[in-house]
Amino acid sequence: MAMPTATALGERLSQLASQQGIQRWDLGAACSTDTSVQVDRGEAKQMKGAQRSSITVRVWNDEGLVGVTSTSDLSQSGLERALSGARDASAFGNPEDRPGFSPLATAPLPALEQPCLPPLPILQLLATLKEAERQLLDRHPAIATVPYNGLAQRSSERLYLNSDGACRQQQLSTASLYLYARAEEAGRKPRSAGAVRLAYGASDLDLEGCIHEAAERTISHLDYAPIETGHYTCVFSPEAFLDLIGAFSSLFNARAVLDGVSLSTRESLGQPLAVPFLSIHDNGLHPGNIGAAAFDGEGTPTGRLTLVEGGTLRHFLHSEATARAFGVAPTGHAGLGAKVSVGPSWFEVGPTADRKGGQQGLDQWGTGGEPLVVIDSLSALHAGVKASQGSFSLPFDGWLVRNGERRSIEAATVAGDIRQVLNAILGFEGEAKVTPDGLCPQVWVEGLSITGEA
Amino acid sequence: MVATIQSPGSPVSSSGFDQSWQSPLDDLLALGRAAGADLVEVFLERTDHLGVLAEQDAITSVSPAFGMGAGIRVFRGERDGFVSTNDLSPAGLRSALDQALGMLGLQLLSNARSDYPGLGRLRDFAAAKSGWLGESPSLADATAHLLAGTALLERHGTHLQARRGSYARDWQEVLVAASDGTFARDVRLHQSLGLTVLAADGEHRSSIGRRYGSHGQPDQLLRWDADASAREVCESAGSMLYADYVEAGQMPAVLANRFGGVIFHEACGHLLETTQIERGTTPFADKLGEPIAHQAVTAIDEGLSEGAFGSLAMDDEGMEPQRTVLIENGVLRRFLSDRAGELRTGHARTGSGRRQGHTFAAASRMRNTYIAAGAHTPEQLIASVDKGLYCKSMGGGSVGPTGQFNFAVEEGYLIENGRLTKPVKGATLIGEAKEVMPRISMCANDLDLAAGFCGSVSGSVFVTVGQPHIKVDSITVGGR
Repeated sequence: MAMPTATALGERLSQLASQQGIQRWDLGAACSTDTSVQVDRGEAKQMKGAQRSSITVRVWNDEGLVGVTSTSDLSQSGLERALSGARDASAFGNPEDRPGFSPLATAPLPALEQPCLPPLPILQLLATLKEAERQLLDRHPAIATVPYNGLAQRSSERLYLNSDGACRQQQLSTASLYLYARAEEAGRKPRSAGAVRLAYGASDLDLEGCIHEAAERTISHLDYAPIETGHYTCVFSPEAFLDLIGAFSSLFNARAVLDGVSLSTRESLGQPLAVPFLSIHDNGLHPGNIGAAAFDGEGTPTGRLTLVEGGTLRHFLHSEATARAFGVAPTGHAGLGAKVSVGPSWFEVGPTADRKGGQQGLDQWGTGGEPLVVIDSLSALHAGVKASQGSFSLPFDGWLVRNGERRSIEAATVAGDIRQVLNAILGFEGEAKVTPDGLCPQVWVEGLSITGEA
Repeated sequence: MVATIQSPGSPVSSSGFDQSWQSPLDDLLALGRAAGADLVEVFLERTDHLGVLAEQDAITSVSPAFGMGAGIRVFRGERDGFVSTNDLSPAGLRSALDQALGMLGLQLLSNARSDYPGLGRLRDFAAAKSGWLGESPSLADATAHLLAGTALLERHGTHLQARRGSYARDWQEVLVAASDGTFARDVRLHQSLGLTVLAADGEHRSSIGRRYGSHGQPDQLLRWDADASAREVCESAGSMLYADYVEAGQMPAVLANRFGGVIFHEACGHLLETTQIERGTTPFADKLGEPIAHQAVTAIDEGLSEGAFGSLAMDDEGMEPQRTVLIENGVLRRFLSDRAGELRTGHARTGSGRRQGHTFAAASRMRNTYIAAGAHTPEQLIASVDKGLYCKSMGGGSVGPTGQFNFAVEEGYLIENGRLTKPVKGATLIGEAKEVMPRISMCANDLDLAAGFCGSVSGSVFVTVGQPHIKVDSITVGGR
């Protein structure tokens, strides 16, 4: 079996393109080897392995229009068909939006410290997950099952090549563990909660921390009560706040701005978006971002980008085409396609340095009789968020805190408008926490609508 | 060691899953059985996808994709191992089998024999479908129809800030071979059309979308009534543009037909899959023969309705689909089951083993799922409510691991004194299936279906949801 390097793949594609009269092309490729296990009460539930490979080819025709085709068939005939398919599709390219090569596709890449760790045997993964499940079940008699669990590892490689000689390559190994426990006490509703851990290899996963967090969160929801519908000051966990920001990331997305489906416009840059002490950065290179990409789908290096500083919108996320439309440089947030998508990498949320404002020393345990709603995790973001309208209505798991005591909320939703949230932030509590989606402290927001079943 | 981009070996046949595959598959299955597997199943797949996006009055994306792959599943006792690969060469398939066997502590043996009898005659459900791909719309046809659709949005809408039309064509050829003799081939052709608008006037905004889908109807796009679709979308967007936010609370609700059925699908249907019994996450596991819903409710899941998005000639384990009555007059009658579900829960297979593609093992999944029609008119349902919510169009939703569901209401109206009054937005329906099902007290006589996609353990599959207008006596409505 042939094993072409990036260079060899580029040469093959270059030859095939030449034979088809294609002068300008680029390619994104990815392959991975995955293994994963799930368990159910001490037994293997499912063990999976996968070898995947795929490429996406873009072709520019004589009129400068772009066509694209994707395939998992990396054989000679597959590559030929992909090229001809992309050439055919280019006849329907959009003359008003002609992606080009990123001017940064050959710029130096950031140095990433990402150890490539060898995969563990799948039966070792199974034994590890069985033991993790057993320990979680032993933490509390009410925890009867861990219905959603998984231990997975991946070795992967991705490439970006273009006909101007750009050649990007990144190899990576990652592993993940999730434990989602279900607990039930007699005469009470079942409750569930979980935890996730990421690492560069299965042997590096924080098993104990994941078990402990899943147990603590699940147990904390056993004693629950309904909440009265009304408006409350809410404390978002770092995970919940990052989920909310991510769901409304079209605020920062130049593609969405150009398409008219963002709440932001070109004129929003430099305008206030949030309280004057809030900063939001996108920083895929943060060491806490396991599996960070060194370059985006167009080969542009990734980096740290200020989105909001001092409450003011400073920059948008860009691809090559949107950057050209705005007269700025690409930011390393592009996908690869005929119409190039743009998306965030990893958020950093927190106070703006040297900016006063916001309440200091916030402590949910130190409040008096005024009730606080602590939002631990949000659900159904795909359904409950209207990004183009700014509104959201989302179920959540959390607690009602009053007089230093907290009690789980039986079932409730939080509703509001993202602009309202960003301008009703009272301050931050605690140190910023590294999560799979970013870095964020707990965030206090006043006056949000909570619907309960009381 | 890190994965590397590599060329696969040559597949047994690159032109399709013809008879030439029988011998190498026989060899593979025999090897698996000889190694000690109770059952070996091979799922082969070829795909051809076309996606087209029109925005305003331009085609902004054309995204063809094609591929092939295999998923090999090995059972031993109640355990199974599953490996997928893009490499359909004999060596690639053998390597995948070896890996799957290894998950169960088994290994390939060079000279072992087994009692594997060999594959039987191919059941070819694809015989009359060889022309489907060629008969489906050309790229030029697809782009022309989509642009006509977005132009009609402009004609019928007001305050439209963004107009989108999308078209997707998914062609799939599958071959299932298993050591129990299963040997079946099928071709599927799913097409979907979507129209979406964003209306904006100052601070007022509304976004509305509709999707239409079919299976096995190559000429669907050519028969599409774009004008009616555009009118429907624009009328909804116009109604919702200046709507007030709904007031939260408990209230009765009337849910419209068609996509209103997404609530039954998510809140109850998933809990009737044997996958959920295996996980211990359904409250209905021991309720067969018992009432779990109001007697007004009869619910069905089937894969037979002609042209419906969730219909199929065979499931992804080679079994022909059935019409499965899940709930009859409120009484639980049946669970949806696949091969693993039958093995682990004892519920007989229902032709419901489905998967997104070769990278997923099949699982028990819904097909066309709906609440049957009742005797009332929709007007009677609305007239029976003093103060409540009419959910004309539902957005997406989900159900959590404890059975709690939530759904966004895309287009809603207040019901006051038995009549529809003002539009309201921002509503979310929240509840638990076992509490809400007994509160569905009235079903109307206007059953209709709608196409959708369902994401779950075996990936995203094509489904149909449906219902007549139904009345829920009390449900939690999240709002402002």
